[in-house]
Amino acid sequence: MSATATTRKSGAAGKASKGGSRKPRRAGWWLPYALLAPAIIFELVIHVIPMVTGIWMSFLKLTKMFISNWGNAPVTGLRNYQIALDFNSAVGAGLLRSFLITAAFTILVVGISWGLGMAAAVALQKSFFGRGFFRTLFLIPYALPMYAGVIAWKFMLQKDNGAINHFFFDNLGLAGAKPFWLIGDNAFWSVVIVAIWRLWPFAFLMLMAGLQSIPNDVYEASAVDGAKPLRQWSAITLPMLRPVNMVLLLVMFLWTFNDFNTPFVLFGGSNPPAGDLISFHIYNASFLTWNFGSGAAMSVLLLLFLLLVSGIYLLIMNRRKDRA
Amino acid sequence: MRIGSARNAPASNLRVSHDKDKEVAKVKIRTFAAAAAIAALAITATGCSGGTSNSGATAGGGKTLTYWASNQGTSLDNDKEVLTPQLKKFQDETGIKVNLEVIGWNDLQTRIQTAVTSGQAPDVLNIGNTWAASLQSTGAFMPFDSAAFTAIGGKDKFVKTAMDTGGMPGQDPTSVPLYGLAYGLYYNKAMFKDAGLTPPTTWAEMVTDAKKLTTGGKYGFALAAGSYTENAHFAFINAAQNGADLFSADGKPTFTSDGVVDGISRYLDLMQTDKVVNVANAQYDNGTKAVNDFATGKVAMILNQNNADSSIVANGMKNDQYGVVAFPAPAGAKDVASHVAGINMSIFKNTKNKDAALKFVKFMTSPETQTALDKPFAALPVLAGAKAVFTDNAQEAKTFSDIYANKSKPLPLVPAEDQFESTVGKAMNQMFATIASGGTVSKADIKAALTTAQQAVEAAG
Repeated sequence: MSATATTRKSGAAGKASKGGSRKPRRAGWWLPYALLAPAIIFELVIHVIPMVTGIWMSFLKLTKMFISNWGNAPVTGLRNYQIALDFNSAVGAGLLRSFLITAAFTILVVGISWGLGMAAAVALQKSFFGRGFFRTLFLIPYALPMYAGVIAWKFMLQKDNGAINHFFFDNLGLAGAKPFWLIGDNAFWSVVIVAIWRLWPFAFLMLMAGLQSIPNDVYEASAVDGAKPLRQWSAITLPMLRPVNMVLLLVMFLWTFNDFNTPFVLFGGSNPPAGDLISFHIYNASFLTWNFGSGAAMSVLLLLFLLLVSGIYLLIMNRRKDRA
Repeated sequence: MRIGSARNAPASNLRVSHDKDKEVAKVKIRTFAAAAAIAALAITATGCSGGTSNSGATAGGGKTLTYWASNQGTSLDNDKEVLTPQLKKFQDETGIKVNLEVIGWNDLQTRIQTAVTSGQAPDVLNIGNTWAASLQSTGAFMPFDSAAFTAIGGKDKFVKTAMDTGGMPGQDPTSVPLYGLAYGLYYNKAMFKDAGLTPPTTWAEMVTDAKKLTTGGKYGFALAAGSYTENAHFAFINAAQNGADLFSADGKPTFTSDGVVDGISRYLDLMQTDKVVNVANAQYDNGTKAVNDFATGKVAMILNQNNADSSIVANGMKNDQYGVVAFPAPAGAKDVASHVAGINMSIFKNTKNKDAALKFVKFMTSPETQTALDKPFAALPVLAGAKAVFTDNAQEAKTFSDIYANKSKPLPLVPAEDQFESTVGKAMNQMFATIASGGTVSKADIKAALTTAQQAVEAAG
């Protein structure tokens, strides 16, 4: 390392002095560039380059025959996309099914998380004894390490010795056989509940912060006019939280649609069809069959879909704002 | 830009006042900038090299090898304890240090994939022998040509059954056998005696026995019904009993033939119609859970490879409390009781220590080391003429040696074998899940699922 360092150093210095003699520059001209450089380098290294690589991979026949030497992988053009989008074939049908499950999952998780977060934020808006305690309590799922939380859920959702079945069937004496939660159709509801548990404290946190910026006078004025809490919420809280909600819903949508960790930790290696979320589906498609080109094509399709939805969403929202 | 120079006030002032000072300042600044750039480079460089230098060719005089061992003992730590004295012995003999990492089965395949993809690989590693042909096709592993075989003591020192799993037929194999394994039907002697039963010799007898033993909260059988690798193995074994092949001669999948469908159906029926398996087994995602049920007397029989021995004993069941017979086939079917299971050893092609790696493979497959390791890992010998030493129970040793030598069929030696395991195995996980949650799986359902699996394999090929 030290040998290279010296050559680099002298090389750089020599170049700079030559440039300086040709055209005098103000001292310190380089500072902004130097300050920007790390950000640009890291943006390239951790963001742009992997993304471009992924897109490039999606046009290759990158199966295990070529995985040890990517350069030899033949270019297949749009073949990977054709397979992924041929909904009559097993691969395409699986992807479509996974997409629909993920869409339902996202609508439920984002909707319910937002509702819970809003309810909790409004409930804790006025100061009362113990408010700090509840605020802390509600934020715990967000503060817990993701894996620890989901693994705890995994234990609770076991059939024979899990806390959920124990509570309903042994303690409350519910009739019937204990159901499976992590395999079969119930797996969908399990992953929805765990994802809501993960996500709603974030909605709560954001909305709570948003509520701090609404001045008390408007509530007092509306109360003088005879507005009841529900009316106050719909006529004051909701409109004044609009900028917060706009960003919050978009971010929650993107996170939830892309959620990989929750199903991966909850279901382990083999995901049940009912809990086949799209990120996990793509992971399986790439790693189980070593077909990374096909997996990359699916990822690009997912990226395009999310870009499209986000674009339309922002367009509509901004237009409405302009009209208002 | 403007803000930048304004904030940098000392430098601007200098420029106005003294040219000489300016030069000095400039040099200083340049030095500083260069140093910063170099520091940044150094950070990125070390960041990259953090993971690479596994192969340790740079480790000065004494050579170092990196070895990934699969989990053979009762735990990862147990593996380390067993292997460390042997590695020490190797170092004393040759001066080559071996860095050991034991990797669990859940991670091993992904770790190998990552190693192949990135080229940041160990020198020597263990693979499940059923992956041999699949991994060979990646081209990332060193083929054992005649020179390499001479270096490790000759191809003929291995049992032929085991050596045949080393890679695709007609090519130089990319792996050599290390530990031999075979499936056996373990039964609880006391439970069989109490019910007045003798160990089964046909499938029908086995089901009848299991039904009798399924009583009072106990079950006849435990299966790792949520483990795709176990399920795939039994799809193969049951299909092989029916005389059906999973791949045609040219390597194309033939999952949907009647023999395969019937074989899988027979295996599923242990839970579905015979009801001798607890439905909770659908969540058993590794073999250990079934072994635990067996060792604690909750079930009368399990199907497991001979390395279950160490786990059974670790769970408190004594060696004379259980017996082993071959997994029985239906009357009139082919007498296949197992696939040729086991662990092979491979060398990564891009190793910088090829000679040291070959020496290490020779050491690990030497009679002394094999004898020392077969017992704690409960493995069958892979060396020709060697005696099974994994158990003190002569009867059990004889049964397993017989299954391995005479009743085992190798899994298809084709590149797509691993895809068979993942697609068909996972489909069977779902079938068991359906049965466990109250649904039924008909032969038509099995055929439909196998058609999907077959299409997925064809699309990847």
